[in-house]
Parts: sequence; structure tokens; C-alpha cells
Amino acid sequence: MISCALNLAARVWRVFARPSVHFSLGFLTLGGFLAGVLFWGGFNTALEATNKEAFCISCHEMKNNPYEELKQTIHFTNRSGVRATCPDCHVPHEWTDKIARKMQASKEVWGKIFGTIDTREKFLDKRLELANHEWSRLKANNSLECRNCHSAESMDITRQNPRAAKMHETYLFTGERTCIDCHKGIAHRLPDMNGVQPGWTGTVSAK
Amino acid sequence: MKIRLTFGALALAAAIPVLASGVFAADAPKVPSGPHPITQDIPAEPMGREVTDDIKKVRNYADQPPLIPHAIRDYQIDLNINKCLTCHDRKNTEGSQAPMISVTHFQDRDGQTLGTVSPRRYFCIQCHVPQTDAKPIVGNSFVDIDKVLGNGALGGGKEGAK
Repeated sequence: MISCALNLAARVWRVFARPSVHFSLGFLTLGGFLAGVLFWGGFNTALEATNKEAFCISCHEMKNNPYEELKQTIHFTNRSGVRATCPDCHVPHEWTDKIARKMQASKEVWGKIFGTIDTREKFLDKRLELANHEWSRLKANNSLECRNCHSAESMDITRQNPRAAKMHETYLFTGERTCIDCHKGIAHRLPDMNGVQPGWTGTVSAK
Repeated sequence: MKIRLTFGALALAAAIPVLASGVFAADAPKVPSGPHPITQDIPAEPMGREVTDDIKKVRNYADQPPLIPHAIRDYQIDLNINKCLTCHDRKNTEGSQAPMISVTHFQDRDGQTLGTVSPRRYFCIQCHVPQTDAKPIVGNSFVDIDKVLGNGALGGGKEGAK
């Protein structure tokens, strides 16, 4: 059995290592280059296509639950007319992180196929678990997706009301907390929050 | 001449809605979009701006539920979470420096004091509301109790009778 596999591998290697008989070097070089361009372009196009809101809400699970809820919030309509779409918050912008997240998302394809959250009830039952994934992801990357738009450097706390300014001064600028610690549920409804302490309370009791 | 006539007709047509609405709005509160013929399309007046200055407003009477001086857009109050209580609950006030919900909120309807907020007091915005800068549509003759007491001997009766 093993020798059989080794034989096959050796044969493939011999074909692979032998100079081409039928095709010119130019054809192979240019052809390879073109094929590479096509492959890479296609890959990126497909990646971009899966990174659009329209793709996310092409599943009824996403359209009827998180998207419906997003529509009520300030990240959907606001005075300045800037809208955060699904991938703005849920997909990292850096390439390696993005690919890593996309690989994790294959679990979501599994969920789609087997109808893990194909009714509102199932979605609500699973919401705490799903929310926890996102909270810990944002906690681990220091709320990177929030900071793609909201940076502490460009935050003018004199333009905030005193309450918000104080909180940001105490917890955000000191690096003691990150956005998601306090701003849970800003774009979707929250799951049962029993046992999940708000950011400011957690800080005090930890002291 | 013909052109002038057309202009005249147009001006008259433009004036009709104004005249009509004048008749309808005679005894109604003065709201631009108030009662008007259903055939007319009256634009709604702009929404009031929320007052979010974090300044406590004086209570008009001792039992008045304090007003909310901050934005509460998207605040979730349901079985899963009460967003208000994440700051105003007893155990969260140290971190948030927000005023704690009053002790009356721990009592159930039989006057029994519970360990946490009573279910009947759970839905904050049944009583506590934010304000906008909208002007009152209807007049109000409410008089502050201090004014009633303080001015009582000094001819406050006139004020109270208003």
C-alpha cells in the first residue's frame, strides 16, 4: 500500500521535473503568468464578493435577524449619513486576518447547511454563544474593527457630553478597557446578559 | 392679457389651501401640521432636538420621576437586559458614577423590600423620559408648590387662580 503510493508520487515527480517536450518555454512562462493573474484575480474577486453586505444578507438567517436589528441603530442611519455594513465590523481589513476569519467562517457554512439557526427561536437560543464569539474576537484584537472608523487619537472629548468624556478618559485613553467592553449591543439586540458585567463595573470590582 | 389671467388663476389656486387650512385650524392648537383637509399635503414640522446636556433638571413636584438628561437611543429594556440599570443599578454606580435608582424601586406593590429592582419598576421609561427642545403646544397653568406657599400671604391667590 505504502509502496504503491510512493510509486505514484515518484512518477508524478518525474513528469513534473522533466523538461517540457511539446510546449515552448515562452508559452509556459507567459501561460503560467496569465493563469496566475486569472487565479489570483478570481480569488480576490470572490473574496470581495463574499465581503459585501448583499452577500451576508442573502441568507435569511442574517437578513431576518442581525440585519433587521442593525436597521434600527445609529450605525445604520444617522445625521452624517455614514453607514457601517456587516463586513465593516465583522471582517478584519488586513489580509491575513481576513483570510483567518474567512476560514473560521466555514463553520458558518456548516451551520447554514444544517440549519443551526434557521428559525428565530433557534437564533435567539444561540445568540449568547454567537455574541460571545464576537465579543472575545473584538476583545482580543483591541476592538480593531471599531477603531477602523473611531480612533482614540481623533476623538475630541470636548465635543462629547461630560458623562461620555469622563468614561473615555478613565477607561479608553488609559487602555484599561477596549471599546467592546462597554459598547456591547450597539448594532444588534443583546442576549441574556445575566453574568455579563458592563465594562465600567468590571473595572471597579477587579481593583 | 391672457398670460396675466393665467397668473391670476394660479395665484388664486395657490391661496386656496391657505384659506382652507385657516378655517380648519381656527380653534386647534397652533401646529403647522395640525388639523387640515386630507386632500392637502402639509409638511410635518421638524422634530425637536433631544436635550442631552447631562444637567439634572429641577423636579416640578417632589414625587416627579427625574427626567433623563442624556440620549437613550437604542437602549434595550427587555427580558435579556435593562440598559439603564447597567449604570443606575446599585452595584454599577461606582463604576458609572450615575445616580442610583431610588430605594422605592426595590419595593413590590405590597410594600415588601426586595433585594433588587422590583419587576413593576423595571421598565424605566414608563415614568422617566428624556426631553426635547419642542415648545409646548397647549398652555399649562401649573404652579410650583413653593410659589403657592411662598406667595400665599403675598397675594399668590391670583397666581393660583390663573
